[in-house]
Amino acid sequence: MKQFMSNLREILKYPSAIFGSIIVLALVVTAIVVVIKIPYDEAISTWRGGEAIYGKNPRTVPPKWVNWFRKDKLVESIDMVEGDEGVTVTEETTEGGTLIKTTTFSFDYQYEGFPTELTLYFIAEYNEKQPFVSLKWIQPDGTELKISNFAIGKTHTFPINQEEKLKKKLGNVAPSVGLFLDQESESAVQTPVKGTYQLVVEQIVFEPDSFVQPEFVMLGEVFGWAGTDHLRRDLLLPILWGTPIALSFGLLAALGTSVLTMIIAAIGTWFGGIVDGIIQRITEINLVLPFLSILIMVGTFYSRSIWTILGVTVALSIFTAGIKSYRAIFLQVKESTYIEAARAYGASDARIIFRYLIPRIIPLLLPGLVSAVPSFVFLEASLALLGLGDPVLPTWGKTINEAYTNAALYRGQYYWIVQPAVLLMLTGLGFASLGFALDRVFNPRLRGM
Amino acid sequence: MGSDVEVITPKVEKQKSGLVNTLSRVMKYSGVRLLSLFITVVIGIYLTIMIANMGGYVDQMMKAAIQENVTMQISRNPAFKNMDSATKTQLTQERIQSEIERLDLDQPLVIRSGRFLKNALTLNLGRSLFLSSNSGSRNVKTIILERLPYTLLLMGTSQLILFVSTLFLALSLSRKYGSFVDKLVIALSPTSSVPPWFYGIFFILLFAAVLKILPFGGVIDAPVPKDFLGRALSVGKHLILPASSLILASFFLSIYNWRTFFLIYSSEDYVETAKAKGLPSRDIERRYILRPTLPTIITSFALLLITIWTGAIITETVFQWPGLGRITYQAIGLYDTPVIVGTTIIYAYLLAITVFLLDFIYALVDPRVKIGTGGN
Repeated sequence: MKQFMSNLREILKYPSAIFGSIIVLALVVTAIVVVIKIPYDEAISTWRGGEAIYGKNPRTVPPKWVNWFRKDKLVESIDMVEGDEGVTVTEETTEGGTLIKTTTFSFDYQYEGFPTELTLYFIAEYNEKQPFVSLKWIQPDGTELKISNFAIGKTHTFPINQEEKLKKKLGNVAPSVGLFLDQESESAVQTPVKGTYQLVVEQIVFEPDSFVQPEFVMLGEVFGWAGTDHLRRDLLLPILWGTPIALSFGLLAALGTSVLTMIIAAIGTWFGGIVDGIIQRITEINLVLPFLSILIMVGTFYSRSIWTILGVTVALSIFTAGIKSYRAIFLQVKESTYIEAARAYGASDARIIFRYLIPRIIPLLLPGLVSAVPSFVFLEASLALLGLGDPVLPTWGKTINEAYTNAALYRGQYYWIVQPAVLLMLTGLGFASLGFALDRVFNPRLRGM
Repeated sequence: MGSDVEVITPKVEKQKSGLVNTLSRVMKYSGVRLLSLFITVVIGIYLTIMIANMGGYVDQMMKAAIQENVTMQISRNPAFKNMDSATKTQLTQERIQSEIERLDLDQPLVIRSGRFLKNALTLNLGRSLFLSSNSGSRNVKTIILERLPYTLLLMGTSQLILFVSTLFLALSLSRKYGSFVDKLVIALSPTSSVPPWFYGIFFILLFAAVLKILPFGGVIDAPVPKDFLGRALSVGKHLILPASSLILASFFLSIYNWRTFFLIYSSEDYVETAKAKGLPSRDIERRYILRPTLPTIITSFALLLITIWTGAIITETVFQWPGLGRITYQAIGLYDTPVIVGTTIIYAYLLAITVFLLDFIYALVDPRVKIGTGGN
């Protein structure tokens, strides 16, 4: 314990160690919180969900926070239902007993750009006679514009920007632009009129107990804390869920590889002779095998499951250069007097290997283990980049791959690639800095260098 | 091998039996070493062949694919529209059979893998199953030779620059131990935990997408410039980003490793003595630090030469660089075993030869090392 404390004090002398531990700690806490808050099944079903979950998200837009750095703000999305601020409802009953409900959605628009989509969603309750709806658009200067009127079913979606008649009326501009366009503006660039807009939805129901519930959605140019992808999915999910996946893959692979390497090196050194020879030969054969190609083959031919890839990675990483350096250390330890003493009192081979040889070099295991984590984290991302990511899990690598295949860089959708990339990089740098400092503390040859 | 012997046994030269003894020891050692390396290569290649076929699993996939393709072709072909179904089925079966025979799938994998192994070991790389070279050839050797210059260009440029620059920077840093630059290099060395393709993406983002001064990828402009100078400049322009991402990804760690390595050697007693004698630092560097570290430098240089050969699968894919790494990835995607095995066997041979030669080079440059005794 005392030894441990003094080591800890030694480690904290390195700024890189403090930097690394803070990042690693933050990642671990995030991973735990994410797994508790968004359970595995929920995460996957949300990620693989379709229109029902993501229909009200804009397509490939950057996250909200880009507005913090912009002078001319990008349009933010609006989703309004009755009861929200800016929504007023008036009702009147005609003599015939028909109920006319007027819902007015009014919102302030102070942007230089235009929204991407305008949609109305209706939920209606009726027995036989369908309710009837008519839509009216009021611009800030009071100009009124009839959009359309139609009968609705029990659920009805009305995409305003796909309305062909309206498009013609507006002079062949897409309604999402035309409804906001400043007609008097002389400049070559289309600019919107700023001010308060109103969308008036008049609903006529013909049965006493029937009702209509309208919802107005204006999809903007930014969304959420991480933006969306080409399938309108909120990228926050893969960004968050990528953390536990990257950490567990990296840590499990590093732990599995280094512990197994150490045990095998210890066994080989202790028994020597044929056992040692065989281990050495396997290491040489493994050197010939193309590591990445084999992983790609396993991913292409057999299974892209992250656990299969993890297993193959560990199996191929055991017999590498690491085994030789452990062997060199074990050869020294083997000659120590305490091992001789253990042998003299008749300790079994297994006892000597696991109770005397291995514990002696565990301090040396730690830096290697921590430094190995980034390479495995990036291995997972590399395979995902080649299209061999796990088929169900949302990961950072898969996000980059999807962005790449959708030419995000050509189209200027940088957020799509930069967010997972920065996280990957932070993870790599965090573990590498910590491992580096640990190496300098625990490795006597590097002390003071 | 005569020079080896002289270096190894400078004092035993006068005894004739000593020379013969040494010679026979070297011969025996070389024989055993070559044999063991050869066996290693054979096993490694056989394993690669089996993995590339997933123990026969790929055969089934390929047969299913053939069945589907042939059936589709025949049902789509208007010439066969009026044929009655029995003839059609027979024709389909015949075509499937001939395609299976073309791909050698009618024989069990055990037999085929034996033939693959023999052909691979004799460097008879054969013909690819699906991939073809730009000139249209299915010859694996042509395909590999066509891609090789691009990989050599990319990997050769980047790895040689990396090796030479880091080595000399490290040597000068090892003298300025504890200085600001030294501390900076140490602080930056964790950046090498990030793989090259990753820097590649950032480079593309910065220089191609935002600044628009360098191309996104590929190897030459379209249309291709007519004169040689124009072509060379165009290729050079395309080379900058992939090469610098390969260099940057290993730069600081490489300097750090070499620097630490040189520091360990500069604390030796004989270096202190030389310093005490007042020798100029250039001489100390060359004679007292570089010379004893030569075996390690040569080893890493030799291993570097082999890695140049393998190419960089992912970096080449990210930059659309038409090298060997990318053809390997394409071959895997198409289950094209001959190409996969072809690239692997050449790598295996190069590795084995290098490992074998390194033993002798050690003995050449380091008088303390004797071939075939102790150690291994």
